[in-house]
Amino acid sequence: MSTLAIDKSGPTRKVKLGSMSRDRTWALRWSYFFLVLFAIFFLTPPLYMLITSLKSSAEISAATNPWWVFHPTLSNYVELLTSNQFLRFFWNSSMVAIMVVIVTMLISVPAAFALARMKFWGSATLATGVFLTYLIPDSLLFIPLFKMLATVQEWTGITLLNRWYVLLFIYPTLTVPFCTWIMIGYFASIPKELDEAALIDGASWLQTLTRIFIPVALPGLIAATIFAFTVSWAQFLYPLVFTTSVDQLVLPVGIITSLIKGDVFNWGQIMTGALLGAAPPLIIYAFLMDYYIAGLTAGATKG
Amino acid sequence: MADVALRKVVKRYDDVEAVRGIDLDIADHEFIVLVGPSGCGKSTTLRMIAGLEDITDGDIMIGGDVVNDVPPKDRDIAMVFQNYALYPHMTVAENMSFGLRLKHYPKAEIKARVTEAARLLDITDLIDRKPKQLSGGQRQRVAMGRAIVRNPKVFLFDEPLSNLDAKLRVQMRIEIKKVHQKVRTTTVYVTHDQVEAMTLADRVVVMNKGRIEQIGTPNELYHKPATRFVAGFIGSPAMNFIPCRLEDNGGKLNIRITDRISFALPPSRAARYNTLPRTDKLLLGIRPEHISESHAHLEPGVETFDTVLDVTEPMGMETLVYFGLEGAPVCGRVNPNAGAQDGAPMRLAMDLNNMHLLNEATGIVL
Repeated sequence: MSTLAIDKSGPTRKVKLGSMSRDRTWALRWSYFFLVLFAIFFLTPPLYMLITSLKSSAEISAATNPWWVFHPTLSNYVELLTSNQFLRFFWNSSMVAIMVVIVTMLISVPAAFALARMKFWGSATLATGVFLTYLIPDSLLFIPLFKMLATVQEWTGITLLNRWYVLLFIYPTLTVPFCTWIMIGYFASIPKELDEAALIDGASWLQTLTRIFIPVALPGLIAATIFAFTVSWAQFLYPLVFTTSVDQLVLPVGIITSLIKGDVFNWGQIMTGALLGAAPPLIIYAFLMDYYIAGLTAGATKG
Repeated sequence: MADVALRKVVKRYDDVEAVRGIDLDIADHEFIVLVGPSGCGKSTTLRMIAGLEDITDGDIMIGGDVVNDVPPKDRDIAMVFQNYALYPHMTVAENMSFGLRLKHYPKAEIKARVTEAARLLDITDLIDRKPKQLSGGQRQRVAMGRAIVRNPKVFLFDEPLSNLDAKLRVQMRIEIKKVHQKVRTTTVYVTHDQVEAMTLADRVVVMNKGRIEQIGTPNELYHKPATRFVAGFIGSPAMNFIPCRLEDNGGKLNIRITDRISFALPPSRAARYNTLPRTDKLLLGIRPEHISESHAHLEPGVETFDTVLDVTEPMGMETLVYFGLEGAPVCGRVNPNAGAQDGAPMRLAMDLNNMHLLNEATGIVL
């Protein structure tokens, strides 16, 4: 009897059960909160650029609400797109970016294949070494690189400095290590039996690379291509150092040097140029986004 | 088509000897299965025949030619891998014809060969699909098709059925046997599954720790194992090994298992073991099917004993019974109607006409 009494008077403990749907709802709420926060943070500058690009110089300098366009105009766009100089920058940038992508891929893909698959003495060290070179910032490298190219120019008599094509030698120092690294990871995720099967089927190393590895690793290849393109397109320091004549400039440097005259900032055109300059990578990303993500997350799951 | 020969083949990785000098002659058209536990060197041996691994020492011959330094593509072999290794971006037909296309065969012949192989493997309808769209069994067929279209001297199979579920494995096993009956190509097949080895092979090579334990037909290995390893590896459930010794009993030879249990050996066995020293520590090797329930009319050489069962496992067509003798776990197979129950006493009969006697120290079957 007594035990029964104690049991009854004992504190009734209410177990608080979790709810999976409630947990999920809260996780989603937090996710959206931060997503919106970051979206605002990152999209405000481009929005400001867009607003400014649609204003005339008079409206920009007038003390009106900077977040609103009272007299929208496309004059900045028209002026830039009809200016030979701007089109020249655009052309130079395109040539540099496309050719750097080609050069990078021609070096990175075979290099990654060799480092990932042909086990040779020192291949593992070399693979790490490739990545380490990527970690050296360009702000440290530009002076020695300038000296090197100046020496080469002196010895060979080939004009390299202050020519847009000098960037074809410089940019791969940024793109090749990273692209090789991406491709090593991607190639390493391809089962060993696949190249053994190809080997037995009679394929040479080169055929294994071109007919098996490149098609299978296409998402990785596309990710590497996008990376190389973006880096070459947006690079600022190297072209600023290595090219000076107006007809040799690429877009990022060209906009700054040609649209800022002394202490006069042509803000409308600067913003327009920057927006137009951001368009090509944006378009490429939009089309290849799925591949890009698949490429960067390769190896995380065995696909 | 060709014979394959291995002469004192050794494979050493740094300080580990994976294959320790094996000799093997494989006749033309023969289906040889290399079987053994993981790490026994069977896959390494196969990969050395394929040319995917260098050999440290010895010679490998295909069709009479030493191929030690010949690259895989020039050995005229085809290999089927455990994970199929199909090219994911190619269709079934492209997968199968890849090797022929690399060798620039005429298009008509490639098509004919692919069609023929697809018909043989019953994958004609799948010819335009990508590997992703196929089931495990279908992928395995395509992998075999890729080997068949090449019409190589030798087929090499590296655990081809390990990734399939049990039911499909049995089905594909029969398929492989059928294909071999039709194409008759010399085949070397690696597996860790002794049932696969027994059912497929003309001859089985049992490997252990980088050495060949025994080579023989499935029946030879089953009935006349040479070592304890082979006796224990082939057959499921495995052979029982019970500590015992020989003793003379009034002119007859007895085998004593426990203080209580001692059996007179059948005359043929007694004659064979008579010369053995009576002091040797021996093991009685007996398969579960040779321990069954006792009944009224026992044949000569079948001896009864009483025991208490630990566990019983009803399998439907038979019941497996487990008990201990001299500390050794023993398994027997009895009729499901014999009334075997967990923890219950039972009278069992041991057929000594099918016994083996092993030296406990060396593991050699006497």
